[in-house]
Amino acid sequence: MSPIVIKHPYTVEYLHSYGQDSPFFAGLANKRLLGTRCGGCRYTYATPRLHCANCGKETDWVELPQEGRVHTFTTCFFGSEAFLKETPFHLVLVEFDGADTLLLARLIGVENPEDIRIGMKIRAKFRRNSQLKPTDVYFVPA
Amino acid sequence: MRPVYMVSGGVSKFEKARPDATFQKMVKEAFDYAYGDLPKLKRETIDGSVASYFSDHFTRQLMAGIMATDYLGLCPKPNKRVEGGGATGGLSFQSGWEAVASGRMNCCVVFGFETMSRVQTWKGNEFIAHASDTNFDYPVGGFYSGYYAMMVNRHMHEFGTTVEQMAMVSVKNHRNACYNPYAQKRRKLTIQDVRDSQMVAYPLTLLDICVMSDGAAVCILTDEETAFKLTDKPVRISGVGTGTDFMRFADRPHGKVILAPNEKESDYGKLKYPGVHSFRAGRSAGLQAYKMAGIKDPIREIDFIELHDAYTSSEIQTYEDLALCKYGDGGTFVEEGHPFLPQIDYGLKLKKKGTIPINPSGGLIACGHPVGATGLMQAVFAFWQIQGRIRQHFGSGELQLKKADRGLIHSHAGTGTYVTVSILERGW
Repeated sequence: MSPIVIKHPYTVEYLHSYGQDSPFFAGLANKRLLGTRCGGCRYTYATPRLHCANCGKETDWVELPQEGRVHTFTTCFFGSEAFLKETPFHLVLVEFDGADTLLLARLIGVENPEDIRIGMKIRAKFRRNSQLKPTDVYFVPA
Repeated sequence: MRPVYMVSGGVSKFEKARPDATFQKMVKEAFDYAYGDLPKLKRETIDGSVASYFSDHFTRQLMAGIMATDYLGLCPKPNKRVEGGGATGGLSFQSGWEAVASGRMNCCVVFGFETMSRVQTWKGNEFIAHASDTNFDYPVGGFYSGYYAMMVNRHMHEFGTTVEQMAMVSVKNHRNACYNPYAQKRRKLTIQDVRDSQMVAYPLTLLDICVMSDGAAVCILTDEETAFKLTDKPVRISGVGTGTDFMRFADRPHGKVILAPNEKESDYGKLKYPGVHSFRAGRSAGLQAYKMAGIKDPIREIDFIELHDAYTSSEIQTYEDLALCKYGDGGTFVEEGHPFLPQIDYGLKLKKKGTIPINPSGGLIACGHPVGATGLMQAVFAFWQIQGRIRQHFGSGELQLKKADRGLIHSHAGTGTYVTVSILERGW
């Protein structure tokens, strides 16, 4: 016989805690972009982590500059379900002076992927009404 | 550690959807094939098993590993589940190797599966994207193809790699799959077809990216004494390596290249490594496996490779990680024809066709990628290649290589977060 296929909805409301990363999100709500710097080796993370991945020591919060450069980019024309309604959207990895690692963010204010180039200067803007999500910060051409 | 051999393998056909079977039944199909292909193997010889599957979300079933184990009739023998994203199959294969190498088991069945058709493609993409940092990555991008597109844009910027070179990988792997009855997508394509297909994440098109699948695969591993009792053509697992890297690809450092034995520091004067253009975990895994297998010059000492081509771009990046060519030369490597099969007409002009055939089976791009089964599928195809029995299992000898004494399989997760490399070679 033909296989019997039934539909089965499954929804969950997660109580997602940002834990030790919480100050980053509080920073975005206050239009500040926070990274962390290791007290031991001085390595600076543009996507924060509270303990250094190189030496294991605790890091301190530092304010990142609000201007940076495109390290690399893409334009997503398709996506996972939660993001389908937002396509197409541009993603960039942002490099900052004084930081050793990069930050993943959205780029707004350009039309096509051909309008984005590696090395172009971009600056941070913040969503007026914070949603306490990493997309509270986005970048635009400087 | 004791020497470990692969003595049999089986694969269920990979398909877009298998509503006719649960995951247990798909595993059973692959297991029965492997078991049936080794008439001297008795069930009492099997000491235990390893289960390989990626996401509980796809099955909406926790502890699915034991359900396949009991369906196969392998209770009450030991079993454990191994999971590591896209590298789940490769990690499980190595877990089976460890069970035998350590002496805990003389005969271990490694089975893998994924039933990805149970949700829509965009939901599946969401499940997969949860294998990125859910504080910082998933809520911003939420799409693995986007992450890989960003990595290859940097590769193109650093090295001048072109979209046409990436498309050649797709042409190659889809064309190879035309002779593989287990493959999900068997198509004759041109470079233009690849570029004209739907743009998914710039510059990756639909034909640069593997698809979701339902499927299962099984490998049977034994110690040396058991191997030679069961078969006169056992395949030895002569090297294993596993590498790791940061989950967040934004965190990859920018330092010096980890050098392969055939490279020197002056080759990479200004290259900041691994950056987001290369997979440090892949290089680390490869170098460990080469060391264990005694390989100094991989392109000369390995006859073929089945590597994790979830994206055409990652196949090119992996040539470099595995030191088949220098970092930056991956695009030229494919353009010149090195990874193609010498006997197949691809409709392309290739100067050096077939130096080291890569993904002779069709790879993930054409075979499909039922995650937990994928790394084991590579092992099965490599095993048949080394035994010289492609004709028997595929019903056609088109993909059988003349010299296939030593092969490499490569499994890859996240944005290069876990990578495994295992070396298989003629053991008789």
